[in-house]
Amino acid sequence: MMSTPLIQVRDLVQKIGGQEILKGISLDIHKGETLVLLGKSGGGKSVFLRHLIGLMRPVSGSILFEGREVTTLKERELEPVRKKIGMLFQDGALFDSMNVFDNVAFPLREHGERDPAVIKRKVDESLAMVNMRGHDKKMPVNLSGGMRKRVALARAIISPPDVILYDEPTAGLDPIVSDSINKLISRLQAELRVTSIVVTHDMVSCNHIADRVALLNEGRIYFTGTTEDLRSSTDPIIRDFVDGRSGETIY
Amino acid sequence: MPIIGIFSNLYTAFLTFLGQVAMLAGETILSIFCGRIRPKLVIQQIAEIGFRSQLVVIVTGAFTGAVFTAQAYFQFATLNMETAVGPVVAISMFRELGPVLAGLMVAGRVGAAMSAEIGTMRVTQQIDALRALAVNPVDYLVVPRAMAMLISMPFLVVECVGCGILASYYVGVNVLNISGVYFLANTQKFADSSDIIMALVKGFFFAGVIVFISCREGLNAKDGAVGVGRATTSTVVNCSLAILIVNFFLTMALNVLFPAGQ
Repeated sequence: MMSTPLIQVRDLVQKIGGQEILKGISLDIHKGETLVLLGKSGGGKSVFLRHLIGLMRPVSGSILFEGREVTTLKERELEPVRKKIGMLFQDGALFDSMNVFDNVAFPLREHGERDPAVIKRKVDESLAMVNMRGHDKKMPVNLSGGMRKRVALARAIISPPDVILYDEPTAGLDPIVSDSINKLISRLQAELRVTSIVVTHDMVSCNHIADRVALLNEGRIYFTGTTEDLRSSTDPIIRDFVDGRSGETIY
Repeated sequence: MPIIGIFSNLYTAFLTFLGQVAMLAGETILSIFCGRIRPKLVIQQIAEIGFRSQLVVIVTGAFTGAVFTAQAYFQFATLNMETAVGPVVAISMFRELGPVLAGLMVAGRVGAAMSAEIGTMRVTQQIDALRALAVNPVDYLVVPRAMAMLISMPFLVVECVGCGILASYYVGVNVLNISGVYFLANTQKFADSSDIIMALVKGFFFAGVIVFISCREGLNAKDGAVGVGRATTSTVVNCSLAILIVNFFLTMALNVLFPAGQ
């Protein structure tokens, strides 16, 4: 018998500027799996991710995290849930007034750790995990896009979360750096045994890291299955996405 | 009628603005009373807001006192009332000019910077990152700034007023040849502790006006760099207008508690 999903999303609807972005998403995410959410750019993937951590409130629908409804929680009531979830933002969202060390140490300090030796040890471990040791004195403005994402990931995992949300982890990166980020996600999955939800439109990334794939199309979940199911599908919408066809004609 | 629609929208926007500022103030005060205070950040903000604003309020106060003294002298001299210049300048500086000018200068220097900093954090998802890390943005960003402003502003007002009166004495006695003894004696006779209390109370209220409007504008910034610029501009405009309006009501209320000339 299958266990109760860690996260259950039911009929999630969101409108932005009068336009319905999410039209009733229902999706289960199980403990320990890596779910890749595919979809076109501007299709609402990041919007969906932001709902899971309470950064946006849906118009209607429900999200259960460990059986608890999160869409109705107030900002302060969400804090215990957020402590269990790490999020990697698309551009890293590092605090630009702090250096790399202080960025990574931030969650520890904010949640009560005062011992400098413990903080240093944990920051070093976290930076080592993302191959960023030796960069702790640099300011975010002096880091490349890939480095910023690595540091942001180190910050997200320093207080080991149960779930990591990745918002376009390889967007804007060259193929080699993208590959290293993919390997990093797989390694974190193996070492920390976290549940990962990865939003991307990068099929290479999807093939590397996904246990299960969901395809978001026109505001709804159009497909869920394994990467093999996705690749072997004959559905025209899925094929267009997998093969990278826009359907437009050059005149 | 389109014009009714325009006024209706403006009225709604104004009420929304007031409501958001009041809610932010309420949440901040609640956080302070619940002890969600980060002393290190408060001290950093006192240095930024209080310490680094001293020059601008000192220069403003000094030159306002000096020019006010000169103008008052030119008028009073025709009536042979030169020695009234001291108390007129002192009471005006304490009750109106000191708090208002210090408030306007701090709104321009600190309010704009506060709004730009928080606005930039907003549009670059740093505030979302704070929330995602289970850190409340009001506790982390607004509470230290509010505490620093509420602590610093009365001191800045006192500096502004003090330098205004010193400059007034210097210009009156050394440049315009008013008798120093009469200048001081009349100033002591007419200005009293109620004037000082009025200046401090106004400074405290203006601190609240500046910090909550600035933080509200920053937290609501959107549309990238343009939005941050817009938030900064509206911070300075709204803070300046709010200080002038609040000043009128404070003057009326405080004059009941501390009547002038008694």
